[in-house]
Amino acid sequence: MKHPAALLTLTVLTTSLFAQAADPERARNLAATCANCHGTNGRAVAGSGIDPLAGIDKRVSLQKLADFKNGQRPGTIMPQITRGYSDEQLELIAAYFATQK
Amino acid sequence: MAGINRRSFLKTGALAGLLTLAGCAGGGMRKTGGHVVVVGGGYGGATAAKYLRLWSANTVEVTLVERNPAFVSCPMSNLVIGGSRSMDDITLSYDRLRDQRGVRIIHDEVLAIDAQARSLRLAGGGELRYDRLVVSPGIDFIWQDIPGLDSASAQARILHAWKAGPQTVALRRQLEAMPDGGVFVLSVPRAPYRCPPGPYERASLVADYCKRHKPRSKVIILDANDEIVSKKGLFVRAWAELYPGIIEYRPQSELRDVDVATRTAHLDFDTVRADVLNVIPPQRAADIAARSGLQLINQRWVEIDWLSMESSNTPAVHVLGDAIFPAPTMPKSGHVANQQAKLAAAAILRLLAGEPPDPAPVLMNTCYSFVDSRNAIHVASVFQYDRRTGVVQPVAGAGGVSSARSELEGRIAAGWAQNIWADMLF
Repeated sequence: MKHPAALLTLTVLTTSLFAQAADPERARNLAATCANCHGTNGRAVAGSGIDPLAGIDKRVSLQKLADFKNGQRPGTIMPQITRGYSDEQLELIAAYFATQK
Repeated sequence: MAGINRRSFLKTGALAGLLTLAGCAGGGMRKTGGHVVVVGGGYGGATAAKYLRLWSANTVEVTLVERNPAFVSCPMSNLVIGGSRSMDDITLSYDRLRDQRGVRIIHDEVLAIDAQARSLRLAGGGELRYDRLVVSPGIDFIWQDIPGLDSASAQARILHAWKAGPQTVALRRQLEAMPDGGVFVLSVPRAPYRCPPGPYERASLVADYCKRHKPRSKVIILDANDEIVSKKGLFVRAWAELYPGIIEYRPQSELRDVDVATRTAHLDFDTVRADVLNVIPPQRAADIAARSGLQLINQRWVEIDWLSMESSNTPAVHVLGDAIFPAPTMPKSGHVANQQAKLAAAAILRLLAGEPPDPAPVLMNTCYSFVDSRNAIHVASVFQYDRRTGVVQPVAGAGGVSSARSELEGRIAAGWAQNIWADMLF
């Protein structure tokens, strides 16, 4: 570690690994982008007419999201929004809401 | 309690309450500690305050400084001007944020931020120390661009109603007092400004009121922009089908000055007299941003880091909402401010714990606009962080607008309001 170049390389390597590591709260953060309409942690306001997502089985939510995304399920806004997320992100979101009671 | 000015807490008698709340922290979640001050309790600031408490299991202390006693929503406020909603419908209390979330709320105004000392001074005389600061101050107006309006007396007569509150009520009264056959003139500034579709929604709802109560009246839109800034096709169709002969749209009509006494709008080559003259002035980040030395772009909007919403030149100060220089195609909307607040809250909790923020944040926008008291239209977009540009970029192929206006979307818009208000304040 006495060689300055070696130190630099190590620092750059650590920094880039650091920067690429997925956030442990990634699913929570992604799911929070749904909360404006579907309620904090998927608990929509009762009587608001918008579907709650909390506690919905992951497979059910994910199928619905996939159907919106690939155009098999009609909707006003959800087909447009789901196309902005990767399949992996939709899976994380569905899994997160399934754990919310 | 590290980093907190104990004296200022004791002065307001809040220490005991905070300690009690900290004792209720749920198990299982990481305990971070620290004190975050949030300046501004709108869509951005209130959401940040709530989510900092929620996601830290109440271990981070949060103080919200807000000058108004209650929250008044800009989204849905055009319905108040049009007459189908009341101020009560769009006014919400901060009580639940305080009582159920444990956010300490100070109704005061921030005079100055001392980023070196990590403290800020309040108009009421107090001082607050912070570990991290969230600034969500909204917009202020560039009155100098309209010389005739650059005085308090002029501004009391020619209204903007672009910050919901007393001006919303006052503009409604001006509209009610307007005679049948009167002319309502709405001036739209050059983009970017708060709520891109908002002026066109307002024109629609004023026309809706005129159609039912004052059918000989006209609504003239003087738009500084080359064309309708948002949801163009949907507005054009709504105006042609719902308000023929009522709404007149004039692009490239930038307001240069106003004669207050005669309610006359002065353009480059034309003047337009109004019975009600409603001027939405050019805008910039609220004064506190420039006053605090936060780096601005175009001398108007705060430059931030998209992984944390942290100011590009002022460490530990995170800026949200309409005050920031936006990502490409990202509107200045309440919805976006709420999303940015969650990004900032997540990043702040990581940074307080000595960890880097989420390297792949996602933001989403949805804006509903009413074209009459029941029918609405939307625009939506999704933004993913792009490492190459260091900016959240709109996802190609995602997002879009309504296929047509509908009562269904009007009901969804009302549901959106209920849920986003709960997401920020309950």
